[in-house]
Amino acid sequence: MYRYDEFDHKLVQERVQQFRHQVKRRLSGELTEDQFKPLRLMNGLYLQLHAYMLRVNVPYGAMTSRQMRKFAHVARTYDRGFGHFTTRQNIQYNWVKLEETPNLLAELAEVEVTGIQSSGNCVRNITSDHYAGRIKDELADPRVYCELLRQYTVLHPEFSFLPRKFKIAVTGSPKDRAAVALHDIGLRMHLNDSGKLGFEVLVGGGQGRTPVIAKTIREWLSPEHLMAYVEAILRVYNLNGRRDNIHKARIKIIVNQLGIDRYRELVDQEFDRIKGDVKGIPEAEIQRIKAYFAPPEYEELPDFTDKLSTLRLADKAFDLWMSSNVAEHKIRGYAIVNLTLKAPDRVPGDITATAMDAVADLADEYSLGEMRVNHRQNLVFVDVKQMDLHNLWQKLGPLELATPNLGQLTDMITCPGLDYCNLANARSIPVAQDINKHFVDVDRLIAIGDFTVNISGCMNACGHHHVGNVGILGVDKHGTEFFQLTLGGSSDEGASLGDRLGRALPQEEVPAAIEAIVDTYMDIREDDERFLDTYRRIGMVPFKEAVYGSADTKVVV
Amino acid sequence: MSQMIIANRLIDGLVIYMGPKGEWVGSISEGAVFENEHDAQRWLVVAQQAVEDSVVVDPYLIDIDAGGGKSLPVGARETIRAFGPSVRTDLLEDAEGNGG
Ligand code: SF4
Repeated sequence: MYRYDEFDHKLVQERVQQFRHQVKRRLSGELTEDQFKPLRLMNGLYLQLHAYMLRVNVPYGAMTSRQMRKFAHVARTYDRGFGHFTTRQNIQYNWVKLEETPNLLAELAEVEVTGIQSSGNCVRNITSDHYAGRIKDELADPRVYCELLRQYTVLHPEFSFLPRKFKIAVTGSPKDRAAVALHDIGLRMHLNDSGKLGFEVLVGGGQGRTPVIAKTIREWLSPEHLMAYVEAILRVYNLNGRRDNIHKARIKIIVNQLGIDRYRELVDQEFDRIKGDVKGIPEAEIQRIKAYFAPPEYEELPDFTDKLSTLRLADKAFDLWMSSNVAEHKIRGYAIVNLTLKAPDRVPGDITATAMDAVADLADEYSLGEMRVNHRQNLVFVDVKQMDLHNLWQKLGPLELATPNLGQLTDMITCPGLDYCNLANARSIPVAQDINKHFVDVDRLIAIGDFTVNISGCMNACGHHHVGNVGILGVDKHGTEFFQLTLGGSSDEGASLGDRLGRALPQEEVPAAIEAIVDTYMDIREDDERFLDTYRRIGMVPFKEAVYGSADTKVVV
Repeated sequence: MSQMIIANRLIDGLVIYMGPKGEWVGSISEGAVFENEHDAQRWLVVAQQAVEDSVVVDPYLIDIDAGGGKSLPVGARETIRAFGPSVRTDLLEDAEGNGG
């Protein structure tokens, strides 16, 4: 894990002091809300439906047990005993008091986390693969480049007032677990023809009201040029992006307007101009950052698969969890364990302070003190000994962190929606809970297989509904909450946007609609075909008929 | 339609309502109900003064259903603001520190 150096510490502490002063001036009336709002937002402090909400970045989703304990402490001391993990690998607190925020931020700074740039028109938390550094198919650890980019973009004066927010994601694996094609910049590591590691650079992806799959702006970029190239993309955007219309301000709009070829030309011109100067990353710096992410000292362990098989045979519940929530580690004798925050009746992504403390203790005991949060709002223990899996599973169960539904229909991404969010049209969480109540049969869920359901409470798409196999979008129809379904979305290496199924449905009809979609899929799928593949093969019609009846298949509201 | 003034308290952001004497109260049940637009607008000016005085943020009028002896907000958004997230009623605590 990266540890702050003296400079990082100083910068963050100065920032807390500065904010303390700003809060004081706001409370005394010296600053108006209009003057203060951009200052609090730059520190991640929003005003939401119930109170102030603080968004804290978890850089590229990687956390230590010490940080998790601090998150628990913050939840307990400054909030109402729980936090919410979001699709951007952040944690949010929902009832933070303005007067206490400087102290809260000072406490977070002790464990090297901040709310800096978790809001505002700047480069946001850089996100990545939650299996980074631990998975076999990886070419190199993406966290190294995330960290370099983080240091480069945090409080960068030129890029602190972009036309709109800016999101970057990095993957080191061909299997994309970081949804890079849905980001303003997506970086995908691969080898060029001479076998040298570099990045495919994608640009102009995003969700929101105008969803776009990113386009490749450069097939291969050498790592030492990463900063210069990203800087060139940002500068061209900063100069050309629209500031007159918030809905047209993201980079995807300007890339579409200019066309990817013209955008590439502009970026290349700028890149050629600056790449020779100091913006190249010295190899020594790459090595310095790499050292922070060096693999831990793994023990030489035997493969424990056979013994696990015996345990799995003896206990079906353990077997289910193993099949669903445990992934292969690149080191023999170790495993990656997903802790799903998706127990039935629970709010997806929410975790209590007590559970956070317990997770921190378990991470120390079983995962070398490290864990991750992913964009599907689950936690991950990245270094678990295979021989400990059964014990760990037994301890996770009572904490409701061992629901064996990873990647299944009930592992839904759900944004906070109208239960918390000022911008929402509709509630997302109760929809997820209703669907959960409908799909309780574990064997059926396994038979359905990979199936993502993503729910957003408004067009801003924080719940990634455009890229859910089934997407659910909350809309407001004359003051009533309705839900618009889309089918066929995906955020992985074959990313696609969902197509609209038909007219929006009232909340109570959503679970039955999902049921009808699933039944249809189960009827028409070939062998073990995933839902996504069946949809791509067959198209919308049978699903539409199943939900609306054949007479209604052309009606779209 | 009856109306009430809602805002966030600056210091902690919690939801508050304007009471009968222009004071701010933490529970919708204690909020002043304005029966006509004239009164509502007059009190909104008072609320704006509280913004100037850095006491509250973002005051506005909401519709209230005052039938049945209780002041209840109209619509999901204001109901959620008044009574907390519909999915976490266990956490309900208003600006007076009740509940929770
Ligand atoms: S998608 Fe909309 S409702 Fe959901 S968190 Fe984002 S802004 Fe709020």
